[in-house]
Amino acid sequence: MNARSRRLLPLRWLAAALWGAAAATAAPAAAPYTIKLEHFMFGPSTVRVPAGTLVRWQNLDGEPHTVVSVDGLFRSGALDQGDGFAFRFERPGTYRYGCSIHPQMVGTIVVTAAP
Amino acid sequence: MADQVPAIGRREALRCLAYGGAGTLFVLAGGVLTPLDLAGAADGGGVAGRPLFVQLSDTHIGFARDANPDVGATLEAAVERINALAAQPAFVLHTGDITHLSRAAEFDTAAELLGGLRAAELHTVPGEHDVADAAVSEYFARFGRASGHRGYYSFDHAGVHFVGLVNVLAFKPGGLGALGPAQLAWLEDDLRGRTSSTPVVVFAHMPLWTIYEPWGWGTGDAGPALALLRRFGSVTVLNGHIHQIVQKVEGHITFHTARSTAYPQPAAGAGSGPGPLVVPPAALRAALGVTSVTLRRHPLALALSDATLA
Repeated sequence: MNARSRRLLPLRWLAAALWGAAAATAAPAAAPYTIKLEHFMFGPSTVRVPAGTLVRWQNLDGEPHTVVSVDGLFRSGALDQGDGFAFRFERPGTYRYGCSIHPQMVGTIVVTAAP
Repeated sequence: MADQVPAIGRREALRCLAYGGAGTLFVLAGGVLTPLDLAGAADGGGVAGRPLFVQLSDTHIGFARDANPDVGATLEAAVERINALAAQPAFVLHTGDITHLSRAAEFDTAAELLGGLRAAELHTVPGEHDVADAAVSEYFARFGRASGHRGYYSFDHAGVHFVGLVNVLAFKPGGLGALGPAQLAWLEDDLRGRTSSTPVVVFAHMPLWTIYEPWGWGTGDAGPALALLRRFGSVTVLNGHIHQIVQKVEGHITFHTARSTAYPQPAAGAGSGPGPLVVPPAALRAALGVTSVTLRRHPLALALSDATLA
């Protein structure tokens, strides 16, 4: 992740790191999940994944997009066509995100308990 | 004074809200536009005084796709056009999307090209493409000083109050551009105590009125900002973002979006989204342009003039 987030959210990151370490020993890694950014939409816009899943986003549009968490958990840089971004969701919960370039683009990741 | 702003027939003025192929010059007086002859203005004969400033927008340095493989060349053409004005503007406003991907190299190229301007000053506000880097630091590292790294700021020139606003940092997914409570409080403080006869120019990247909500072409909390501006006799709101001219008049407030120097975009709702619009190469420069603004003292008025790069 980026330096700014680390500076602003040290406790959150520390907590995420500790949780990640615990989860890594407790459960097998879930298969990665890929979301496409195409035609100014996240596809699919809502996904359900088990805890521990690495979610990848890939921009297929000629227009750049970003992947930005509403609560500041993650933020990609500008993704040009073909560029990607990934974030591992360790904790169950509902995570809303959007594109900081196109406010009409919205997405939700629902993270369920690890299987 | 506000009561000295000349009364221009609104119906007559609105009848003239059409753009000719060569561009039409609008004199803004008390929020009502009336056209003048652009040819006369070009040599200084149409409007007294030198251009107050020129607005550049959406230069998108770093873009290199079909809609314009060489955005550097079209920005250079815009700079040359501004430099060729018989009377130089006091400064240039850039209403954002200086770069395409917020990359350091793009900002460096933009700085080099914009450095060719003869005008002494460049004032900027960021577009969402300028703050798309993960750390949101490249724009502020270069242009943050004018605003104490907030992005929004004001200054006065020739009796006109200029307010640069940022509506690309606080928007919520699914919504529109946003100013946010801190900026609105700052604006209220900034305008407090200023006489209502002071001409005000507000510049921000995304339109401060809703042009097309499904594409996010608007600013969700523009209402409280406009409420603060409504008492002023002459308010000119200049935006970019949509890469085409859209204009409206509401009371004493005139809203105007500028063309891009990089590539045009489709009209609201035409196509799947607000991406680059590919036009035949021969037609590209007629779809790009800059806006000049002239201050007229007697009677007090601001004149907007759109010129293409063709």
